Amino acid sequence: MKTKKHFWNNAPVDTAFHLMNYFILIVILLVCAYPLLVIISSSVSDADYVNRGLVTFLPKGFQVKAFELVLRDSRILSGYLNTIFYATVGTLLRVTVTVMAGFALSRRDMFGHKWIIWFFLVPMYISGGLIPTYIQATSLHLTGTRAAIIIMGCVSIWNLIVCRTFFQNSIPNELWEAASIDGCSLYRFFVSVVVPNSSAIIAIMVLYYAVDLWNDYFSALIYLQDSSQYPLQLVMRNILLSSQMMSATPQSAMDPTAMAELTKQADSMKYALIIISSLPVLILYPFVQKFFVKGVMIGSVKG
Amino acid sequence: MRNSSVSLRSPPALSGGLNTPTHLKRFRSSIPLYIFLLPAVVYLLLLSYQPMYGVQIAFRDYSLGAGITGSPWVGLKHFITFFESPRFLHLVQNTLTITALSLLTFPLPILLAIGINYCTSRRLAKVVQMISYAPHFISTVVLVGMLTIFLSPSIGFVNTLLEMAGFDRVNFLMIPENFKFIYVGSDLWQHLGWNSVLYIGALASVSPELHEAATVDGASIWKRIWHIDLPGISPTIIIMLIMNLGFMMSVGFQKAFLLQNSGNIVSSEIISTYVYKIGLVQSNFSYSTAIDLFNTAINIVLLLTANAICRKTTETSLF
Repeated sequence: MKTKKHFWNNAPVDTAFHLMNYFILIVILLVCAYPLLVIISSSVSDADYVNRGLVTFLPKGFQVKAFELVLRDSRILSGYLNTIFYATVGTLLRVTVTVMAGFALSRRDMFGHKWIIWFFLVPMYISGGLIPTYIQATSLHLTGTRAAIIIMGCVSIWNLIVCRTFFQNSIPNELWEAASIDGCSLYRFFVSVVVPNSSAIIAIMVLYYAVDLWNDYFSALIYLQDSSQYPLQLVMRNILLSSQMMSATPQSAMDPTAMAELTKQADSMKYALIIISSLPVLILYPFVQKFFVKGVMIGSVKG
Repeated sequence: MRNSSVSLRSPPALSGGLNTPTHLKRFRSSIPLYIFLLPAVVYLLLLSYQPMYGVQIAFRDYSLGAGITGSPWVGLKHFITFFESPRFLHLVQNTLTITALSLLTFPLPILLAIGINYCTSRRLAKVVQMISYAPHFISTVVLVGMLTIFLSPSIGFVNTLLEMAGFDRVNFLMIPENFKFIYVGSDLWQHLGWNSVLYIGALASVSPELHEAATVDGASIWKRIWHIDLPGISPTIIIMLIMNLGFMMSVGFQKAFLLQNSGNIVSSEIISTYVYKIGLVQSNFSYSTAIDLFNTAINIVLLLTANAICRKTTETSLF
């Protein structure tokens, strides 16, 4: 077989592609990983090195003092507990509402199906905006309560569409028809057929909503006034970005040595705080990464 | 009595002339489904549709006592105030600068997806995916915290490295000209990997036969990317492009707000942060809503235009 010898058809051009590809991928890998490494290294380094910006790769002068100081701060603890509360209750509510609605929307035989879909799609593109939503939340007496964090953003239209697509593809209509002929109610069908066969989509929804709730500071900034209700992200924002002093006890009540130690550790503590706040996500991430990816794939089936 | 025999169920009623009974019947049999929808519908009615109705305060002088419908109409007063204020052009310019710069980064996730797709080492591809998706899950507060620490003139590693290379230390975050680069650069770092997921999925569905045929014909990888992969994933690319264009004016509040400081405010004040300050800090509800509405209107026009252009030229569109 005669192959035409042309520059572009030569193997070397493919070799060049592969070499370049490897190089670029490794560069991207390093660029993504490096800041994360610096954070981890700095959080366990001696404050003297951290304060002079000398930790640029591996930890220098290993110590965990910063972690001890952060964990002793009562604001962090209360923020952590608040976030766990918001993330658990909020996720439970959101997943229930979304999965139920997603299942109903997947049933094309529902009367008025087309109009109902539009009812759900419109809020994806149009919203009343910040202030009208705030006024409405206030008139529902949500402002200033923990319920605001749990209820606001309760239905993500995007997640709803992902759910609906999943059910359309995985729960065939014939299954329901057969079940209903056998006298199964829709409620029983949902509980004993749909839910057990949808662990993948439920896991995806739990992860999406939980990460959103864990990372959110915006609704807390808008709707909460009492600092005892603040979630971790808002507490962190005040410490990391407004450079409030990291201290549980009033400064006047502290002895000078402890005070000096706190000042010295201030920057190390920021690194430690970042690690502590991201810990649950960091630990879970390698195991659940495939679910996140799967969610995107399901959602992309129908643009 | 529950009987599982099909014959007991009456066939669908087809009453002559009017089909109302069929509608009624379909409605009746859908009631359990409506109950499943109920919580979501109630939420959307109360906290999505009701605020849309509340948008009318943009045309009124809202006061707490009078409420939404009780406040006096003022027509376009708030819009005119906004268009005439010296801030107007400034805010639009800041917002558009950031989006224009982010649009430039639009092709990069596609390139990364192609790179991962052609990577001959599966292990390297897996590691790159794992590490590059990770930053997506970092919260905005942590990301901005990292930026402030890393770019800090005293403790940041960026300045340590600059100094080692013989340059002066720079307080990056305080310089207005840097804001757009910091904003878009950190976005790229955070979402490059994650944004490529969609394209990796699309690439996987490109027909392998086309690639085999092309390889037999001696096509190089470059040619296969250009003539097979890119046309194959173009619907995905177009949809993403429409989405990006359609939301051009909505630069996210969260990161911009946290990155703002007295030094960079000239270029970091964007429409969404201004809406927040006017509305919730200064409690000027009507004016804030008017600015927000102006922004939403532009977004919808952009979205529809981008959608229409794409439907005409490529036969792919969002709706």
